[in-house]
Amino acid sequence: MSVPGIIRIALKSLMRNKTRTFLTMLGIIIGVAAVITMIAIGQGAKKVVDDQISSMGTNVIMVMSNFTNTQNTARQAAGTGNTLEEEDVPAIRSQVQGVLYTSPVYNTFGQLKYGSNNWRGRIMGVDVEYFLIRDMKIDSGDLFYSSEVENGAKVCVLGKTVADNLFGGVDPVGKIIRIRNIPFTVKGVLKSKGQNMMGSDQDDVVLAPYTTTATRLMGHRWRFLTIMVSAESKDRIPLVQQDILNLLQARHRGTTSEDFSVSSQTEVAEAANTVSNTMTILLASIAGISLLVGGIGIMNIMLVSVTERIKEIGIRMAVGAGKRDVLLQFIIEAVTISILGGLIGIALGWGASEFLGKSMDWSVAVTPWSIFLSVGFSCAIGIFFGWYPARKAANLNLIDALRYE
Amino acid sequence: MAAENLLRTEALTKTYAMGDIHVHALRGIDLEIRKGEFIAIMGASGSGKTTFMNLLGCLDKPTSGSYTLDGVDVHHMDDSAITQVRNRKIGYVFQSFYLLPRTTALENVELPLLYSQHVHARDRHQKSLHALETVGLADRAKHFPNQLSGGQQQRVAIARAIVNDPVFLLADEPTGNLDTRTSVEIMAFFQKLHAAGKTIILVTHEFDISQYASRIITFRDGRIISDVPNPTPHNAEQDLQKLPRLDPEEEE
Ligand SMILES: Nc1ncnc2c1ncn2[C@@H]1O[C@H](COP(=O)(O)OP(=O)(O)OP(=O)(O)O)[C@@H](O)[C@H]1O
Ligand SMILES: [Mg+2]
Repeated sequence: MSVPGIIRIALKSLMRNKTRTFLTMLGIIIGVAAVITMIAIGQGAKKVVDDQISSMGTNVIMVMSNFTNTQNTARQAAGTGNTLEEEDVPAIRSQVQGVLYTSPVYNTFGQLKYGSNNWRGRIMGVDVEYFLIRDMKIDSGDLFYSSEVENGAKVCVLGKTVADNLFGGVDPVGKIIRIRNIPFTVKGVLKSKGQNMMGSDQDDVVLAPYTTTATRLMGHRWRFLTIMVSAESKDRIPLVQQDILNLLQARHRGTTSEDFSVSSQTEVAEAANTVSNTMTILLASIAGISLLVGGIGIMNIMLVSVTERIKEIGIRMAVGAGKRDVLLQFIIEAVTISILGGLIGIALGWGASEFLGKSMDWSVAVTPWSIFLSVGFSCAIGIFFGWYPARKAANLNLIDALRYE
Repeated sequence: MAAENLLRTEALTKTYAMGDIHVHALRGIDLEIRKGEFIAIMGASGSGKTTFMNLLGCLDKPTSGSYTLDGVDVHHMDDSAITQVRNRKIGYVFQSFYLLPRTTALENVELPLLYSQHVHARDRHQKSLHALETVGLADRAKHFPNQLSGGQQQRVAIARAIVNDPVFLLADEPTGNLDTRTSVEIMAFFQKLHAAGKTIILVTHEFDISQYASRIITFRDGRIISDVPNPTPHNAEQDLQKLPRLDPEEEE
């Protein structure tokens, strides 16, 4: 008979047993919903990581000395010439192709003071291009200028956390704060960047000209420079990295490529992506197991329903249903259950993801591929687990089936 | 009227193997049936009547011997061809009705049409309703089997057997579960169908019932022991007039 006709028969027989149909479907519904939700959570986490990585700036390359490779500390490092120097910055700038911006960076910590307010925070000595590399925007006031960097002016720009803690409600622009007891004029406050991947607050920072920082705030011995570079484009990053490394080796006699680390944001991003992908796969496989259990549920019920309907099958065959008709009917019943369950599961999973996103303030992302995956999977489950009972039904001996009590 | 042969069996046997024991249900049946005959098959319990009917209805396969239906040897047909024969040529009425539960009378009658390639969806309803009318149950179309009396259920089963306009009708003790009056009513249907040209083969235990047929075959121990024509079959319609009405449910 025609396939649409068999579909009608299959649907009718599902309708005749609504409760059983629904309970069977429940396994698939829960399985699919779990898969969708788990993938949404995993992908949400990935998205957060991606956002944070891009908040680091675009095409950023970090150049550092590897002190850990030499036995002793900085002193020895300085002696062997594997410490980065401020002169390396213009050298990179002028001699490496594909470099867009450069900035030396000094990192230190210190006591910050405004009136009676104290805050211990991170102080970074940078050049003006640092703001461009890190894509930092000013919220109020102004950034400092190149001329101020050249002159070693005692000016600074505050991250939002520092501004909030030192000033409370007061506008910091134009005020004077003391960094390690040295007065600096606040030129502006940065737009918030939130937490970075490691969970530290990127707004808990004071930015000052690297010249001022080096001479006023850091002892000579403990001045370790890192260099931030941004490449013109993403494709150029590997080349730029290699060129910088070569240049540094040439500039610092007796060093090897081991003595400097030139790392790019892409590498960080890839590492982070590996982590979040692993997490997604892990979550999805746990959910996948529940989908599998749902599939076995279908098989179980279909087997019961074959036994329960042996006589019905006999009657159908006696009036002219072929093996193929019976086979198709049972497979269609199984597939209908799993597809319908799959669709309800998608709706439920989607809802659950949104709910989690809202109520737990988690980042979730329902992706089209997770939907295709679970729909495809539930179809496959229907056919796979429906096949055996259907075969069993179709191969029944007619007379035995009719006589079955 | 020299009607053509509808079916012929030669040395047909059926042996059921139950472990070591072999039950010889049929021990060689030779029979010819022409189109338009009304045959009653009689015989003691266990004599092989149902077994024979199942073979005729292509519900089962013989152990040996041949069965030719409409000029085609059933032995040479594949599964799907036999399915076609069951669907198109044979109407089978079972002793215990075999209606699908939780399925309305009309849907039960529709069943053979659902599995038939030749019937359009729009004709299905029409034909089924017509078959139900023929057995006088048009008003019960939406009833479920458990809402029908035994006689009504058997009439639904007959409607199902005739809906696809089969060449012949097989009925295995169709009146076995029914009271006398209802039995005669059923026989009246069969006689009507017979008059309309259908070939009918009917199994019965009751001598009275066999008298409505025009040929009576008797089985014993898997063999035919007598095969006689009945030149003066009773008229069920007339007998019905003489019988008192017992079943008030049938009145409405
Ligand atoms: N599926 C089966 N397996 C084994 N033996 C069977 C089977 N079906 C029938 N038989 C045996 O075959 C013989 C004939 O059975 P059959 O059902 O044809 O008898 P019958 O003439 O229809 O009897 P009744 O009048 O009681 O219905 C019986 O001895 C029965 O036990
Ligand atoms: Mg019998």
